[in-house]
Amino acid sequence: MATKGTAAKKAAPRKAAAKAAPQKTAARAKAKPEISAEKSKMVGSVRRSFAPWTDPDAKPFILYENITKRFGDFTAVDDLTLGIYEREFFSLLGGSGCGKTTLLRMLAGFETPTEGRILLDGQDISKIPPYKRPVNMMFQSYALFPHMTVADNIAFGLKQDKMPKGEIADRVDEMLKLVKLEQFKSRKPHMLSGGQRQRVALARSIAKRPKVLLLDEPLGALDKKLREQTQFELIDLQQQLGLTFQIVTHDQEEAMTVSDRIAVMNQGKIIQVSTPAEMYEYPNSRFVADFIGDINLIEGTISSVSGGKVTVETADAGKLVVNQDLKADKGQTAWIAIRPEKVSIGLKKPAARTANVMSGEVWDIGYLGDVSTYHVKMPAGGIVKALQTNATRLVERPITWEDQAWLSFSPDGAVVLLS
Amino acid sequence: MNRGASWFNVTSVVLGFAFLYLPILILIIFSFNESRLVTVWAGFSTKWYVELFRNEGLMNAAWVTARVAFVSASIATVLGTLAAIALVRFGRFHGRTLFSGMVYAPLVMPEVITGLSLLLLFVAINFDRGFWTVVIAHITFSMCFVAVVVQSRLVTFDASVEEAAMDLGCPPAKTFFIITLPIILPAVISGWMLAFTLSLDDLVIASFTTGPGATTLPMKIYSQVRLGVTPEINAVCTILIALVTIGVVSASLVTKRQEVERKRAEAAAVRADEPELA
Amino acid sequence: MAEHHDRSGRRLVLLVPYLWLLVFFLVPFLIVLKISFSQIAVAMPPYTPTFSLSQGWDGFVAAFRQLSFDNYVWLTEDDLYIRSYLSSVWIAFVSTIITLLVGYPVAYGMARAPSQWRATLLMLVILPFWTSFLIRVYAWIGILKPEGLLTVVLQTIGLLSPDEQVRILNTTTAVYIGIVYSYLPFMVLPLYSALEKMDASLLEAAEDLGCHPLKAFWVITFPLSLPGVIAGCFLVFIPAVGEFVIPDLLGGSGTLMIGKTLWSEFFNNRDWPVSSAVAVILLAVLIIPIVLFQRAQQRAQEREAG
Repeated sequence: MATKGTAAKKAAPRKAAAKAAPQKTAARAKAKPEISAEKSKMVGSVRRSFAPWTDPDAKPFILYENITKRFGDFTAVDDLTLGIYEREFFSLLGGSGCGKTTLLRMLAGFETPTEGRILLDGQDISKIPPYKRPVNMMFQSYALFPHMTVADNIAFGLKQDKMPKGEIADRVDEMLKLVKLEQFKSRKPHMLSGGQRQRVALARSIAKRPKVLLLDEPLGALDKKLREQTQFELIDLQQQLGLTFQIVTHDQEEAMTVSDRIAVMNQGKIIQVSTPAEMYEYPNSRFVADFIGDINLIEGTISSVSGGKVTVETADAGKLVVNQDLKADKGQTAWIAIRPEKVSIGLKKPAARTANVMSGEVWDIGYLGDVSTYHVKMPAGGIVKALQTNATRLVERPITWEDQAWLSFSPDGAVVLLS
Repeated sequence: MNRGASWFNVTSVVLGFAFLYLPILILIIFSFNESRLVTVWAGFSTKWYVELFRNEGLMNAAWVTARVAFVSASIATVLGTLAAIALVRFGRFHGRTLFSGMVYAPLVMPEVITGLSLLLLFVAINFDRGFWTVVIAHITFSMCFVAVVVQSRLVTFDASVEEAAMDLGCPPAKTFFIITLPIILPAVISGWMLAFTLSLDDLVIASFTTGPGATTLPMKIYSQVRLGVTPEINAVCTILIALVTIGVVSASLVTKRQEVERKRAEAAAVRADEPELA
Repeated sequence: MAEHHDRSGRRLVLLVPYLWLLVFFLVPFLIVLKISFSQIAVAMPPYTPTFSLSQGWDGFVAAFRQLSFDNYVWLTEDDLYIRSYLSSVWIAFVSTIITLLVGYPVAYGMARAPSQWRATLLMLVILPFWTSFLIRVYAWIGILKPEGLLTVVLQTIGLLSPDEQVRILNTTTAVYIGIVYSYLPFMVLPLYSALEKMDASLLEAAEDLGCHPLKAFWVITFPLSLPGVIAGCFLVFIPAVGEFVIPDLLGGSGTLMIGKTLWSEFFNNRDWPVSSAVAVILLAVLIIPIVLFQRAQQRAQEREAG
């Protein structure tokens, strides 16, 4: 046990480090909680007051209507309906093969839906070939024309539209300035770094001022630092130009940072569409909860539902209470979903809390510098993770392996999931 | 790695290349031999080359061969490129198995069969044999080599570059000419060169399909070789070898220099600073 | 690609090479097949029956009735043909093995050469492939003939007394030399590309785990180079079976190869039906290795694409 334990502990920080990213996003999302004067609570951070999807009269700018796409026996997109609004920054998020790229390519015109239709600004575009559609795409591989200079790449779309030469030159200069590549104007793509190529691809795809810009994993090929910086540049650009952006990504951190709304996809279907904060705080299923960030899922059966309170009987932690309006039956299987940063950990039993208190043995500790993740083993065998900010440099009595620790969380911190 | 065995590697490479090149070198050396005997060195002379240019039969055959090779290589390049595009880009289509079978089969088909079958076709349809029948025969087998060369380039070609062009408003046919073709051009050119030399070298298929007045150089060489080794033939062979060597070496030097320049530029780009966006 | 937008363009791209190959590759085969069932005739074309559209359906049926297996029966009766087939396959097989034995060390040495040398070495292997086949075979005549260079060299170094001469030209040995020489690049290239792709750290790992370098070659390097070995062997064996130029120029009257037999049947005896039957059988002999080779190539291509 001792040797196995140390081996696991040795590996733990690295394992946890891989999971650190989502937690950091969560921290950022919660950094500026906007609490209105009426003391009513809001979910997550608010970037801008833009929410046409809450307006029943608003018409979607892009409408995927009962779209199905099959490749032979494989169904890439399965009877999917989705509306995206003008000037929205919309993300399709999912693992590889979930159908997100196929959806994007159908809007660009490179794939034809097997069933259903796509409306752009109220017009059915299914019959329009890709080279006549008012949408442009930024490709994952950038797809820069290797035999043309940066300026010629950017001018390419404008030339196809037979724009007068002078105007093309002006537009190209404007785009070069926008992406800060003026001095690279006459270079060929292979003479540029990855980040510069990415910006040429971006400039080329927005040069025609498309109604919609499609971005297929636009930052996938960049290293982490550059990617984070470019995310904000994309947001600024989208607001500056007033364009509708539809982006495909497998990186949930990227989706959280840039999007007005996110659609999480799996096996050709949309699992949940909502704002990043809603998605994080109120996932509608275990799939979404697990896909976005790190989460504890504690299985149990519902023992009572009343007055906005749900009580779940669990094997790991006994009775747990969550404040939630839920339509569910007594005896139904349910999962308490609680983010590690909402679980507090201590060596003493918390006196202030009566509900949602549990105790177990500290099994692993992932120390990441800014925060530490404690993996606590419950008597019934399940692991519950708690995240603590390392607020001070020195701690009198640090929590360590094999300590008996107390965990607790607020009834507002968790959600009950039925699927 | 395997330092101990490196003498073995060096020896085997040296012996292998000696085996490949010695016979050709000997042939070239003896084309400058003063004597008619090919085994006795009697001093340096270029008289066989002079004689060669006076030999009207050989010069005519050379001219026919050059024309056949040029015309057939050019048409074969167009057809082979189209075939490669169909194979790589069209996915599954009706008759794909037959088509790819017909593209690959000529690569391994014994020349005697290809030659015989084409001759029988020309006889059956009563087509006068001569220059054009040789051209058709050469197109048929060399287009398959072109298809393979272009295909291997297209397989590694990022199709999203074409999609990007169409996405920016460029119709498919125009996309092919201003995007795809310039990018795959090196492969198309080497396909042409391959088709050209295949046509230049071919003896068997040309012998079957040719007619009066269209004797090619290999046929001429063959009929003289059967009578014995002559310094004149050595001279012809030396000229042919020199032409092909110059062509292949310069082509590969050009690609190598481009490669080196590209790599240097790429290395420079990686080092380049990353000016930030606003 | 949205397939409904540019159908006509796509059709043209496919149809032109497709039709060309149908007319000039497939149809000629069918004609060969048909003539192989015909009889020799003193006429132009020198066989009967000939199909003609003007005779209509009845003419076609009548002509069809005249087709026979006589030529194939003839092929089994005269043992010249059977011996030609068998000896072609045998000579091709032996030459393939020799080419592999010669080519493997060369390819191995190239793959282990310093990387700045490799491109040049590769070009040097490819270069002879571009130069005329006929010329390369011809070059050996001057070397191998009785009063040729080999005799002179051997006499000079004393291995041969001045009145002796080498007897290699016009023997099967000369054919082996010719095939190995001409097809060596076809063997070296696939071997080299298989060996060059191999991760050098595999051998280091094997040695690290206690494997002797010589054994590591047999248990690591050779199995991993098998795709190259197979491709190389097919590339040598298939064309060697139907070879004409090498047995004709280097071999003697005792060297039977089917390509040469077909040639003389056609050009010297002017027996088109029998030479067609010879071609049909030759193709039947080769079809199995050809199909196997194409499968292997397809698999390799799929591996590379995936």
